[in-house]
Amino acid sequence: MAVSHDVIVIGAGLQGCSTAVHLARRGARVVVLDRVFPGRHASGVNAGGVRRLGRHPAEIPLSVASLEIWARLPELVGHDGGFRATGQVKIAESDAEMARLEQRAAMVRDMGFGHEEPIGRDELRRVVPTVAQHCVGGLISRADGFASPYHTTHAFHRKAVTLDVEMALDGPGATGIDRVGEHWQVASGPHRFTAPTLVNTAGAWGAGIAKRFFDEDVPLEIEAPMMMVTAPVPHFLDPVVGLAARKLSFKQMPNGTLVIGGGHRGTPDPDRQTTRLDFNKYGISAETVLAVFPHLAQVPVNRCWAGIEGVTPDDIPVISESAVHPGVFHAFGFCGHGFQLGPVVGRILSELILDGGTNLPIHPFRIDRFAIAPGSPVAPASAT
Amino acid sequence: MKTEWDVVVIGAGPAGLTAATEAAGLGLDTLVVDEQPAPGGQIYRSVEAVHTRRTKDAALLGPDYGHGLDLVRRFRDANIPYWPETGVWQVTEDGELGITRAGEAGLLKARRIIAAAGAQERPVPIPGWTLPGVMGAGGAQVLFKSAGMIPRGRTVIAGTGPLVLLVAGQLSDAGAEIAAVLDTVTQADYHMAAGHLFSALKASDYVLKGLAMMVKLRRRGIPVHAGVRAVSVTGSDRAAGVAYTDPKGTTHSLAADTVLLHDGVVPSTQLTRQLDCTHGWHHTQRYWYPVTDAWGTTSCETLAVAGDCAGITGAKAAEASGRLAALDTATRLGRLSAVNRERRAMALLAFQRRHTAVRPLLDQLYQPRLSLPAGTPDDTILCRCEEVTAGAIRAAVADGCLGPNQLKAFTRCGMGPCQGRMCGLSVAELIAAERRVPVMQVGYYRIRPPIKPVTLGALAAMAPTAPAPPDPLDT
Ligand SMILES: Cc1cc2nc3c(=O)[nH]c(=O)nc-3n(C[C@H](O)[C@H](O)[C@H](O)COP(=O)(O)OP(=O)(O)OC[C@H]3O[C@@H](n4cnc5c(N)ncnc54)[C@H](O)[C@@H]3O)c2cc1C
Ligand SMILES: Cc1cc2nc3c(=O)[nH]c(=O)nc-3n(C[C@H](O)[C@H](O)[C@H](O)COP(=O)(O)OP(=O)(O)OC[C@H]3O[C@@H](n4cnc5c(N)ncnc54)[C@H](O)[C@@H]3O)c2cc1C
Repeated sequence: MAVSHDVIVIGAGLQGCSTAVHLARRGARVVVLDRVFPGRHASGVNAGGVRRLGRHPAEIPLSVASLEIWARLPELVGHDGGFRATGQVKIAESDAEMARLEQRAAMVRDMGFGHEEPIGRDELRRVVPTVAQHCVGGLISRADGFASPYHTTHAFHRKAVTLDVEMALDGPGATGIDRVGEHWQVASGPHRFTAPTLVNTAGAWGAGIAKRFFDEDVPLEIEAPMMMVTAPVPHFLDPVVGLAARKLSFKQMPNGTLVIGGGHRGTPDPDRQTTRLDFNKYGISAETVLAVFPHLAQVPVNRCWAGIEGVTPDDIPVISESAVHPGVFHAFGFCGHGFQLGPVVGRILSELILDGGTNLPIHPFRIDRFAIAPGSPVAPASAT
Repeated sequence: MKTEWDVVVIGAGPAGLTAATEAAGLGLDTLVVDEQPAPGGQIYRSVEAVHTRRTKDAALLGPDYGHGLDLVRRFRDANIPYWPETGVWQVTEDGELGITRAGEAGLLKARRIIAAAGAQERPVPIPGWTLPGVMGAGGAQVLFKSAGMIPRGRTVIAGTGPLVLLVAGQLSDAGAEIAAVLDTVTQADYHMAAGHLFSALKASDYVLKGLAMMVKLRRRGIPVHAGVRAVSVTGSDRAAGVAYTDPKGTTHSLAADTVLLHDGVVPSTQLTRQLDCTHGWHHTQRYWYPVTDAWGTTSCETLAVAGDCAGITGAKAAEASGRLAALDTATRLGRLSAVNRERRAMALLAFQRRHTAVRPLLDQLYQPRLSLPAGTPDDTILCRCEEVTAGAIRAAVADGCLGPNQLKAFTRCGMGPCQGRMCGLSVAELIAAERRVPVMQVGYYRIRPPIKPVTLGALAAMAPTAPAPPDPLDT
């Protein structure tokens, strides 16, 4: 059996493209397969939040390492991906909420990280001048910010191409996987790719691939987080704004438009690769925005959309070597916060593949953590 | 606000008015919504107001326009619920409609939706088309019908289609200073088409009316130049003139304060695109249309289309298609047996055939020639919202861009407030030309709601009154 590549990557989202770039930089021959173009799904349509703030404790070390790559993205991919370190702030609308934010900051400090900083009324008004009266303070992470999802994913894609990564896009994708001798053979319609190593970065479809071809179970919910963007308005906001107790992610882009998300969900149709929007929830979303920024009532909404994302029971992704098959690696199910992690996830996978290990603590993300111990009534293992 | 209906008809032009009248007559609980303040659609825009308050203009707009008054009166007499100034910003496959009415957003539920959203003028990305002082000939007609306004100063009309000569005549009658008409159709083509019409069909008078209009304009001393090519608008901060090439290849220029461009009309497909219906490509007229059965049902069964939004067939055929869609809707909703549907449809289908028989000839004669994507100069803007040029799109294709959706990633093309209405056609054609593949293969933008403006405040008013329980801190 002739080996065509060193690594076959299934899925050309940010995770797949980042993995390809990190591998190819170190000389690996890589092919990336996708049914669509890079960034057609979550990686190209997300909110663009580059956030360490408020991360699950298990994700903090990874997101801190990823931000270091974000800050020097042009060195890696020749483009800044539109990254702006404007800061991210989570706003407390009551004293009780503020108390919880302060507890959270203390917890993060105890872990040895100093990026989450509580701020009071005045500092909140300095960083978010038009915020509504009732907001009492917040938690800020000043070096966080946002980037352009399309441009970031596209930049990784372009870089991979210049590093001679083969891109098999806009076709059948991975339609079959077989073990042939010591290698994996991936069928993509009439084409065959063969390599000792295979990476599953198929996003919301990743659990389907893990189950169908490798018999590994991940109880992944497929969800459709919704977004909207408004017409441009004069500049009034720098940092990305979230709320302590309501669903909101809110930012003003350099072109003046407001990008609004926060986790209200539509209905995904992963087979047709489409989503259905729920406008009652957009109503709540708009109401939340106006509660914090009442001056925006007359701003027209320009476009609403949803992306398709995989969510695990413990709200953190799978980043892991296969528990049963040699040479198979998974990174999927990013639970609505994998854009920021993209740059470092590619590096982690390249280290797992080429060095046999990584310095970053990835144990919480192992794929077999969902397995139920025989006779045990408790479901998933704790992630932390 | 009543939110549940058997049928919601979108659009109160000839197709929507007949669809609603038929559907209500068959006992269906029917609502008509239209963003305009009064019924009539494009062709019969403001017809009631013009006939009651502007009788001079009514005479000038002619008997074809007057026919709209009968249509509107029949609709008014039927007392069908009708919400003017109501925009539909989304439809779903299970019959939900998002609307804005009097500044408030709301959701309606219909067992069936009939979209009779009509046509729009084809955007014409030629050099200078974005300068102030340039607009569509149809747009100029809209201003005249709705507000009695005529274009400013020396006006040149350029392009093709029945509307070019019609609008030139109407505006000239109304007192506009029409300096010249530049027609991309050649004189020989006109005569050939007229010959065909005499021998083959008696149904249509479009071309004959066009020729009569041409004679009238010439008598009035307005030059009509046939067979022109390479039209561009000149001027630095506003339109100052028009340059073109005559059939012999000689280049001319004319001074102009206003330039009206018209390269025909194309179906409004925002609704069917937003619903992801299957679309086909019309090769001679170079537009997209939703693929339907004979009753207008799209690939999404909840939605039927009627009139020009299903393919350009004109106002008369629109009336028949509106009624056909209503008959089929009544059958689907259990109000009319299939046998009775067929029986009632016979005369309508014959009428529709008579009025569409002339189309292939018209489509051939009035091919859009003002803007040919392959020939668009690099520095001409295609996407007005994001100011993306033909050259930038060519560069994106060279860089691996496969289609309009991916182009958004490369250039933001199509991401502005018009949702691609102005650039969608030319962008798909340009990418196809650059890649040397059929337009069908590169496809169209995925259209996202809202397809009509809705403000944050209007959306917020839709939120359930009890505040949602706060979510736990996401840690
Ligand atoms: C609306 C929304 C907002 C978000 N906001 C943020 C945010 O602000 N910050 C943040 O950090 N994260 C955010 N996220 C999450 C982030 O976008 C995702 O976690 C991240 O993009 C996941 O990247 P991916 O490469 O795993 O997935 P994807 O981008 O979905 O890529 C997976 C790819 O696999 C392909 N594929 C599937 N099956 C096959 C097959 N059989 N063969 C070949 N290819 C296949 C798919 O076509 C797809 O291109 C958001 C997500 C959404 C949906
Ligand atoms: C600018 C213009 C001028 C024209 N002038 C003439 C003419 O003078 N003579 C002629 O023979 N033909 C003319 N036409 C061609 C014309 O389209 C048809 O002859 C005829 O009007 C088609 O009828 P219809 O019912 O299909 O659509 P239309 O008459 O166009 O009616 C569609 C209606 O739907 C409404 N609508 C569309 N989308 C929405 C939405 N999302 N929400 C709410 N309402 C919506 C519109 O406001 C409009 O009133 C013109 C076309 C255009 C674009």
